[in-house]
Amino acid sequence: MSVVAQAVTPFNGPGVGWFALSPLLVLVGAALFLLVAGALTPTWWRGLYAFVTAVAAGTAGVLAVVLWDDISDRGPATLVGGALALDTFAMFATIVVCVGLLLVAMVTSDVLHRAGNDGPEIYALYLVAATGGIVMAAANDLIVLFVGLETLSLALYVLAASDRRRAASAESGLKYFVLGGFSSAFFLYGVALIYGVTGSTNISRIVEAFGDRLPIERNDALVLAGVALLLVGLAFKVAAAPFHVWTPDVYQGAPTPVSSFMASVGKAAAFAAMLRVLLVALPFYRDDWRPIVWILAVTSLVVGSFLAVVQTDVKRMLAYSSINHAGFLLVGVEAAAHRAGETDAGLGVSSVLVYLLAYSVLVIGSFAVVALVARTTDGATDLDAFRGLSRRRPALALALTVLLVAQAGVPFTSGFVAKFGVIRAAVDEHSYVLAVVAMVSSVVAAFLYLRIMVAAWITEAPDGELEREPIPFTTGVALIMCVGFTLFVGVVPGWLLDAAERTTDFAR
Amino acid sequence: MQLVVFVIASLMVLVGAVGVVLRRHPVHAALSLVLTLFGVAVHFVAQEAHFLAAVQVIVYAGAIVVLFLFVIMLLGVDSADDLRIERLPIQRPLAAVMGVGIVGLLIAAVVATRGSEPLQAGAGINVAGVGIDDAVAGHDANITQLAGNLFADYVFAFELTSVLLIVAVAGTVVLTRREKPPSEEDAP
Repeated sequence: MSVVAQAVTPFNGPGVGWFALSPLLVLVGAALFLLVAGALTPTWWRGLYAFVTAVAAGTAGVLAVVLWDDISDRGPATLVGGALALDTFAMFATIVVCVGLLLVAMVTSDVLHRAGNDGPEIYALYLVAATGGIVMAAANDLIVLFVGLETLSLALYVLAASDRRRAASAESGLKYFVLGGFSSAFFLYGVALIYGVTGSTNISRIVEAFGDRLPIERNDALVLAGVALLLVGLAFKVAAAPFHVWTPDVYQGAPTPVSSFMASVGKAAAFAAMLRVLLVALPFYRDDWRPIVWILAVTSLVVGSFLAVVQTDVKRMLAYSSINHAGFLLVGVEAAAHRAGETDAGLGVSSVLVYLLAYSVLVIGSFAVVALVARTTDGATDLDAFRGLSRRRPALALALTVLLVAQAGVPFTSGFVAKFGVIRAAVDEHSYVLAVVAMVSSVVAAFLYLRIMVAAWITEAPDGELEREPIPFTTGVALIMCVGFTLFVGVVPGWLLDAAERTTDFAR
Repeated sequence: MQLVVFVIASLMVLVGAVGVVLRRHPVHAALSLVLTLFGVAVHFVAQEAHFLAAVQVIVYAGAIVVLFLFVIMLLGVDSADDLRIERLPIQRPLAAVMGVGIVGLLIAAVVATRGSEPLQAGAGINVAGVGIDDAVAGHDANITQLAGNLFADYVFAFELTSVLLIVAVAGTVVLTRREKPPSEEDAP
């Protein structure tokens, strides 16, 4: 082989839209700042770590709103050589993640302070996990999506095991790690199969490849196997039945704020990723994967509602109820599936996004009340601990009631707006069976929420009056924000629905 | 010359592989693995895959074997399990089936591609495997392509892995830090 003198071609990297990446940069920067500054200085004042986290989350959220306006003016685009999508869908998911991060940081601050091990690492992990979540929601490349998924998941494994005084916490972290590792492997295998067929991991190029090859219909088995494996990985992350078995144990064992972080940020990121992968990358195969989503939705709805009723631990109840909510979200995904790849996206996508925002706030508030009632990190969280709550702390009992009633989907709360949205989307696409199953399961699930409320309002504490639960300041503020948001969206939902309806224009 | 390099490298690989299986002492087995990995690295160099060879030495022979040795040291060399006791009875027959299966697959692959044109060493290879990309052919074609992939096509994923490493660092600190005993002021 002759050696040809090569002209050195200058290297042209992809353009980086720095401002478009700013929410991510703020979160990673805050994590690094916390780690470095926290390591070099003695313990900070109470709540300062959480304050930095909350400021970062707020800044990232505001930047996402600014970017939203930009996108509304200029239309969607892709970033860094097609790795990330810059569209209103990604920005909405970013805002959901930032809201979740803000609220969780406020609750965590008090829990960690009371346990006496406040430190920067937990918050750094929250921030990095949120970064991973945002990347998942915005990923326009399956490898980027996978790295984002791993960033979120690994941080969650550590966070679940972060309460070192309780064996249950370590157990939940290990269970989540082992099962989560399996599910990530499934996902990666799916990515590999899709790559094998299309020759690219980039979603835009995958769509092009499918568009070119569709008449040939070859390699169909590979694509279908890949889609199935992708769905397994994502369904595990969103805790949809039958991939839900980790959820109750992990939610119960993990520190309470971490459970709420998993249920809010983790779920939001995974659902956003699921929607983008299914609707943008695989619309040609929608008739193949839509029945799978249908089955996942029905099993999640049924398992989540019926098994929740027989639980006695409130954290486990909320875990099962989160499976039920995953079922509702899948109803929205199924509705969106009918219109995958069409210009008129229908109501599915926007209803899922509204649901994610409403549910994130609700679940964080509910877990915050659980954290307060449990008093210490290893305190009791079974139903008995809630008995007589209205005597001791009427305001807390009221907040809990609003949040649970909203989770059940009672009108004038955000939960009703969310549930009405997904069911309307399902009915619009003539998925009547799914809509009926969803409504029945919400009635069954309402029994579960009623049980907690009955314990809090009607039954008395088992052995006389317990001491009143202390309500620390930041958790109180977080609770007021959660309840306020729930009622506000319930009464004036128009602005949220309008915003969500503008998210259907995906970057491709 | 090529034949000599091939024979020596292959001998290294085979001797190492047999050593991993046969040595009684786990540390010796791990060191035999290093020999195998070095042999594979020499093969890579012979195929002009310099980058792959360097990574092979650094990552596998360096990091991973050191990790093995750490685990062996931590578990204690003396407490090695008696190999005659089977924890999972199905393990050995399964391993045999897998081994035979992989050998069969390799032979099948060799037979299937016997007639096709061999790829030139040092030539750029299109990812889709369709042909040879002339623009980046020549020496160091591998490295050029790899750099293109890492720093242009997949630069965001590449940078994002550094965020993943932050999780690893912070997670290690959280999970291994000695727990402070709760002080009085924290009691409710």
